Amino acid sequence: MKLMKTLLVSAAIAMPAAAFAENETVGFSQIGSESGWRAAETSVTKADAKERGITLKFADAQQKQENQIKALRGFIAQGVDAILLAPVVATGWDEVLGEAKDADIPVVLLDRKVDASDDLYLTAVTSDTVHEGTVAGDWLKDAVGDAQCNVVELQGTTGASVTIDRKKGFADAIASADNITIVRSQTGDFTRAQGKIVMESFIKAEGGGSDICALYAHNDDMALGAIQAIKEAGLKPGEDIKIVSIDSVPDMHLAISKGEANATVELTPDMAGPAFDALEAYWADGTQPEKWIQTDSTLFTQDDDNEAAYENKKALGY
Amino acid sequence: MIRSTLRRVTPQLIILALILALNMVMFPGFFHVEVHNGRLFGNLIDVLNRGAPVALLSVGMTLVIATRGIDLSVGAVMAISGAVAASVITGGASWIVAVLAALGAGALCGLWNGVLVAVLRIQPIVATLVLMVAGRGIAQLLTEGAILTFNDPGLVRLGGGTILSLPTPIWIWIGVAALVGLVVRRSALGLLIEATGINERSARLAGINARVLLIAVYLVAGLCAALAGVVVAADIRGADANNAGLWMELDAILAVVIGGTSLLGGRFSITASLLGALIIQSVNSAILMSGMAVEFNLVIKAVIIITILVIQSPRVRHWIYLLRASSGPGPMPRQPASRTPKIEEGRP
Repeated sequence: MKLMKTLLVSAAIAMPAAAFAENETVGFSQIGSESGWRAAETSVTKADAKERGITLKFADAQQKQENQIKALRGFIAQGVDAILLAPVVATGWDEVLGEAKDADIPVVLLDRKVDASDDLYLTAVTSDTVHEGTVAGDWLKDAVGDAQCNVVELQGTTGASVTIDRKKGFADAIASADNITIVRSQTGDFTRAQGKIVMESFIKAEGGGSDICALYAHNDDMALGAIQAIKEAGLKPGEDIKIVSIDSVPDMHLAISKGEANATVELTPDMAGPAFDALEAYWADGTQPEKWIQTDSTLFTQDDDNEAAYENKKALGY
Repeated sequence: MIRSTLRRVTPQLIILALILALNMVMFPGFFHVEVHNGRLFGNLIDVLNRGAPVALLSVGMTLVIATRGIDLSVGAVMAISGAVAASVITGGASWIVAVLAALGAGALCGLWNGVLVAVLRIQPIVATLVLMVAGRGIAQLLTEGAILTFNDPGLVRLGGGTILSLPTPIWIWIGVAALVGLVVRRSALGLLIEATGINERSARLAGINARVLLIAVYLVAGLCAALAGVVVAADIRGADANNAGLWMELDAILAVVIGGTSLLGGRFSITASLLGALIIQSVNSAILMSGMAVEFNLVIKAVIIITILVIQSPRVRHWIYLLRASSGPGPMPRQPASRTPKIEEGRP
């Protein structure tokens, strides 16, 4: 529901500019199909472009930077009006971004940034991954109040920037609360299987789970695996152990609606909306947007309509 | 037969005991097992349960390696079979059909590898690399890149259920290992596999149909991988094509190597490979229970594995033998001549 609203609102805001957007052509170089979220990002981008009357040329890079560079060169040769780029890696973009700049084609980065001079692209639309962790931590602080709370943490892939950021954001948020401490923290590699295995060991290590008050997982998939481990240990997920995680994938909404999880922070798949807004303003009168457009990190709890959110997200191709 | 097997796996048993002891030092309640909701609950059970995928893979991998081959595709085959099982079950079929379909997919993959190796004579490492890379793509096509979830109680029981309070995966891997072990050791099949691994040409000249034998071992490896894939998918109630079985072929090869079967083919021991799988899982468990920062995970694992392999290396084992021979004045347990190299200066 929330997502539909955002879409409608952004469409409404974009209305006046829509006249300029008519018949504009935008090339979109997507990384490939690595996760449900990325599939959703692609379908949202396509739908958004259609709604605004923008012709979208889509190129799937199959996880290879060389394919993305080829796609970008193709877009430049075709003389598109703008390029959306979801970069597979951070480095090695200077040359091709320079070519786009020389051809006066604005490039907007989606969901990841690059290590290149920021005058080579128009703007970057990404979520603030540190902030996501903070939102999760703030929710836990509110939820437990003054009660003592031992937290176990399921980290993402070791060394990944998302892992580092989401860990930091959460730690920052709970730093002020002396009653909340992280007692165990291990990597679950962002997967359901590993999330379940590691949670099993957390439960064994912390007095059969009775010493654990909450679980913070760096993504929903690990939390979903952990929920099964908690159930198999004879405990009630969402009650005996509070669960907060990040991403808001459909299955997590389902778990929250069943009361088996408590909260998730949305990593919105709608990166293209703000990107198109910025592009339309740029096409209209050359308005330069900020170099970084931060998307919202919306918190979903048991108070929200999670069944509707589930249906919505499912429809996006997660 | 049991006595000779025991003697064969003594080093693996000692290592496993040491790692389990390490676990107990790390976490005193390690051996504590209790019944929770009608299922046995404890770290030791976890080691047996979580070791299931690698144990299953190592059964097939042992046979393949004994023929001087290797199968890099088993991780990808796990992803394929999990995806097949999930799509069949979400299509409305019963869990038995889903498992049979997954096994069929695994058999097909094994057959493909076997034909590449035995008929087209492509080197095993290259032949199976094809499916290792392509297989995950096939699995992703089946699940359309998302995690395909299911709730069928029959299929879920294979991963998260229990039989006589023991998690089902434990029964599955013990059952499969016992079946394969009996078939290869109660018949001449094991001997024929070893003969093919040592010298395929002479095996052929001696009348062994090496081609069929090779295809058969890759087929068994594919079937084992398919079962492992079903167990892993059933465990999380979903087929995760991107991650199921990822890098697990390497763990399976490591289990066989820790089990002392030579990558150059020839003599093999399924029991030792299974112990190898349990050793790997105990190391994983020690890392999880230690509560150390995640950055140490791989370092700890590497140190332990290197230590095990160094101790098992022929040179070090020879030194240990020399040390025992020179220090023990009393009657030592007689070493069977075949197990230790005869070097004259070894005796004082």
